[in-house]
Amino acid sequence: MAEQEFDKIQTQEYLVNMGPQHPSTHGVLRLLVKLEGEIVHNVEPHIGYIHSGIEKMCESLTYPQLPYLTDRMDYLSAHMNEEAVCLCIEKALEIEVPDRVKYLRTIISELQRLASHQLWWCVMGMDLGALTTFFYGLRDRERILDIFEENCGARLTLNYSVPGGVMFDMHPNFQKRVKEFITYFKKVLPEYDQLLTGNVIFQERTRNVGIFTKEECIAWGVTGPSGRGSGWSCDVRKHEPYSALPFVNFNEVLYYGCDTLDRYKVRIQEMWESMSIIEQLIDNIPEGDYQVKMKGVIKLPEGEFYQRVEAARGDFGVLIISDGKKNPYRVKFRSPGFSNLSALNAMSKGWKIADLVAIMSSLDLVIPDIDR
Amino acid sequence: MSNEELKNKILAICPDAEVTEGKQFLNARVPGNKLHEVALKLRDSKDLAFDYLTCLTGADFPEYMTVIYHLESTLYRHMMVLRANTADRENPVLDTVSDIWATADFHEREVYDLLGVRFANHPDLRRLLLWEGWGYPLRKDYVDEVRIVDR
Amino acid sequence: MALSIYDFTTLTDAIHESLSRSMSPLAVQAIEWTIIGIAILLFVALFGLFLVYAERKVCAFFQQRLGPMRVGKWGLLQTIADFIKLLMKELILPKQADKFLYNLAPFIVIIVSFLAISVVPFAKGLQALDFDIGIFFVTSVTSVGVIGVLLAGWSSNNKYSLIGAMRSGAQIVSYELSVGLSMLTMVILAGSLQISEIVNAQSTGWFIFRGHIPAVIAFFIFVIAGTAETNRGPFDLAEAESELTAGFHTEYSGIKFAFFFLAEYINLFIVSAMAVTVFLGGWMPLHFGHFEGFNHIMDFIPPIVWFFGKIFLVIFLIMWFKWTFPRLRIDQILALEWKFLLPINLFNIVLMTIIVINGWHF
Repeated sequence: MAEQEFDKIQTQEYLVNMGPQHPSTHGVLRLLVKLEGEIVHNVEPHIGYIHSGIEKMCESLTYPQLPYLTDRMDYLSAHMNEEAVCLCIEKALEIEVPDRVKYLRTIISELQRLASHQLWWCVMGMDLGALTTFFYGLRDRERILDIFEENCGARLTLNYSVPGGVMFDMHPNFQKRVKEFITYFKKVLPEYDQLLTGNVIFQERTRNVGIFTKEECIAWGVTGPSGRGSGWSCDVRKHEPYSALPFVNFNEVLYYGCDTLDRYKVRIQEMWESMSIIEQLIDNIPEGDYQVKMKGVIKLPEGEFYQRVEAARGDFGVLIISDGKKNPYRVKFRSPGFSNLSALNAMSKGWKIADLVAIMSSLDLVIPDIDR
Repeated sequence: MSNEELKNKILAICPDAEVTEGKQFLNARVPGNKLHEVALKLRDSKDLAFDYLTCLTGADFPEYMTVIYHLESTLYRHMMVLRANTADRENPVLDTVSDIWATADFHEREVYDLLGVRFANHPDLRRLLLWEGWGYPLRKDYVDEVRIVDR
Repeated sequence: MALSIYDFTTLTDAIHESLSRSMSPLAVQAIEWTIIGIAILLFVALFGLFLVYAERKVCAFFQQRLGPMRVGKWGLLQTIADFIKLLMKELILPKQADKFLYNLAPFIVIIVSFLAISVVPFAKGLQALDFDIGIFFVTSVTSVGVIGVLLAGWSSNNKYSLIGAMRSGAQIVSYELSVGLSMLTMVILAGSLQISEIVNAQSTGWFIFRGHIPAVIAFFIFVIAGTAETNRGPFDLAEAESELTAGFHTEYSGIKFAFFFLAEYINLFIVSAMAVTVFLGGWMPLHFGHFEGFNHIMDFIPPIVWFFGKIFLVIFLIMWFKWTFPRLRIDQILALEWKFLLPINLFNIVLMTIIVINGWHF
């Protein structure tokens, strides 16, 4: 493997290692960058530092234990992962969950999408040098995490959805706190625009940088906000609505510039859309059970079952191959970060090192999601 | 496009394929040597247009190893599942589809890493998550006394 | 004669006379030089400590948090604790590094800062060296600092340091032009390169008011170019942590790193001092023409307080930049200088010359 890296170097190029510990690779990712001066010729990601064999572990777990492990993969959109697994199991068992469960699941997922995008925004600013944005984003994200703590018991890896329903009923303060937060955040989000989006330096760093056309996005499987920044309409919430999404009206955010600035703008606009979804749902939560009575031991019928949800990073898919026993035969998680990272090389050929950092933070990578 | 029409079109492309209706999607199993040709036609034909490879999975069954491709068309919004089996456990080889759908590049490396299935004509088939010398963890006969506790 | 806080020549003359009474002129000179040297060293040390603390507090307040609060009241002793820690660290010498150059580089950088401080006019009578080509001396001395940066990057035997040093070298060399030319604009208005002359010429009003349009343009250009000179703020690509670890001083530790660190803040002080001297009147109180009453009230505040007040204002402005804006890419930094600042500067000089010839200034 080492020989392959070195025998193709021409005399003008040199290799730089953005090593596993690096402030801007968002986790343990090693990038072997082949440079000529400032221009990037090749980027080779080396992953596997956080590989914990989650798919293999799932083969020895029972079905109710699955959501707890999927939380820890993409921890910034933990509840969306749980929702995918629970929906897959419910689809296989042909169970219909009550409406109350659907509403709660969607509200918590959208709140988590907001929190994930906030963290992405503050880290993107920090990568590009605007160190103050880190604190502004985290300050506001703390409020969402407080809501989660009160309602679900945990701040990040929520353990809220279970096959058949949700773990706890809604906390009495939940609706009030969510509405307070939405009112507060609607005033603060334009500040984010003033601080970063409208800044000339930021726009010069991101406009027309890392151009990736729609056809390339489809070929490389770059979904989520990164794909929608190139005009590819790939929002799973719109095309295969799940949970309470059929009951709301929202727009799919599409920009056609194909550059880093548009991938950035998609996420900012998605924060507005998430707030609109939450507002439509928060006052109308129907009464009912918060859990369907399930058998003690869950056994899925034989066959393959596939479920997709829109995680904060893109199209998250769960494939469960079952042979009728109480443990799954094979579980496969299609993580959005994996495909986004594989496209990094194609996206950053010919740009400069500073652009590589901007492109990587606009792809919003979370490494445990990639390594599983 | 309904499953019936899809089934007919696929059988037209490859008469050897076994097309069955699964609980969710249409399943098409093609023999290993026809995989590349069928995949190319699935992407390029105007009324099928499967241009988005959603998920590439490898699985280890008792008699064979299989690679499952979930395909979607961004134009017509229909989905299908393509599979290819290989019965050889010592040296399983399948054709790569990374020249058809570029996203298969990393996915096939992962299948090679965790299951041991080689892909012919892959541009850079190296292990992705683990290092050389490690076995193939996702195989059902994988044994590791240190890290796996057998109950 | 009575010691006055308004005019430090009383203090310096008193010391000179008391020394000359008992010693030969040669000894008097040697002792005076020693006193000035120690004074500058102490000033650099104390002001450096203060600036580091101020940066951390300002940065914290911009980010809606408190900054250092535990070491001493309001964290005042934080920097002292940090420097004691730095002094106690092991000095790691990379194996293949060029030993002589590796050790020389921090010294070059810090000596340059000392030299530049020696011509800064702190108050009336409190200027160590007063050349008749003072401005020219400052620009030439600060140019030598680039050599220290390039040596540090090269001798560390490290790819990242080399890239960082190359970027930094290109950036500093380019922005020296803008710094020099914008100071030259004010020299045209003042009519002399001597720093004390420039300050005295502002007794009827600061140059930024007297020179109106070209002076304001030159001030903006000077502040931008000065920030770029010191590798600060939106121009800190050379030491950007999120890109190439720490740039040219990656391989330095302990006291040598402390020299680079201190030199950056002293350079910040020098840039502000030059801005204040040439544009904002140095230690001159705010005078407007011949309004005797107003001028007399302004004179109550001692010149040294005026000087440090203005310095803090400019330093705060430069710190504000750093914590608000994202970073520019290296090609954007260089394009900014060569395609925008330089032509504007040249046009500005012509404009100022026309204004001075025709006497259209205040």
